Amino acid sequence: MSARLVFLGRLEDLAGTAEMAVEPGPLDQVLAGLPRELAVALLVDRVRFALNGRLLAESGGITLASGDELAFLPPVSGGQG
Amino acid sequence: MIDVRLAEAPFDQAEELTRFTARVPEAGGVVSFLGKVRADSGVEALDIRHYAPMTLPGFRALAQTALRRWQLDGLLIVHRVGEMAPGAPIVLVAGAARHRRDAFAATDFVMDHLKGESWLWKRERTAAGWRWIEPRAQDHVDRARWG
Repeated sequence: MSARLVFLGRLEDLAGTAEMAVEPGPLDQVLAGLPRELAVALLVDRVRFALNGRLLAESGGITLASGDELAFLPPVSGGQG
Repeated sequence: MIDVRLAEAPFDQAEELTRFTARVPEAGGVVSFLGKVRADSGVEALDIRHYAPMTLPGFRALAQTALRRWQLDGLLIVHRVGEMAPGAPIVLVAGAARHRRDAFAATDFVMDHLKGESWLWKRERTAAGWRWIEPRAQDHVDRARWG
């Protein structure tokens, strides 16, 4: 079974998809398999990570297990009203 | 009483308020705020994206915070997701309380925090295509009012 990456906001446009199935493993290894421009955009400071719906305090040392969902959350929009 | 929902389709704000008010018979007042898609020149549509595992839980946590902070009989949050036309309702927040100041303050508090802190991503469409909306400094200032 694979793990899943979820791209929110503008990251979806960059990835060309909202979700992507990947082989489980260390995040570094997973990111190395992505287009370079996308991997760089995912690693900027302002992008937060959530593993299985829980916000992570930091992105270091993540290893994706089978069935895990890792979401990349760019800054939220605010505005309106 | 907390009623917090994401709406995938247009909602009827009058109907929502009628139903909410009926559920808080003890309240002395109900304050509501309706946010709409601004009819800015050139904007043809607004699209709001959410992340299901986090967006609604975040709304619920916010509602609980408001309930702890003010004396409320009830709090309603209905937030649209998906594509909307200019003038369409985006968000309805209502606070019901024995006394009006609690209801005013809680509604204002929830709106300030919904705008800058909820897991929602917005983009708007103009003749030039879709454009993602970036965070505004004002949203941070609005939240800082509450300490």
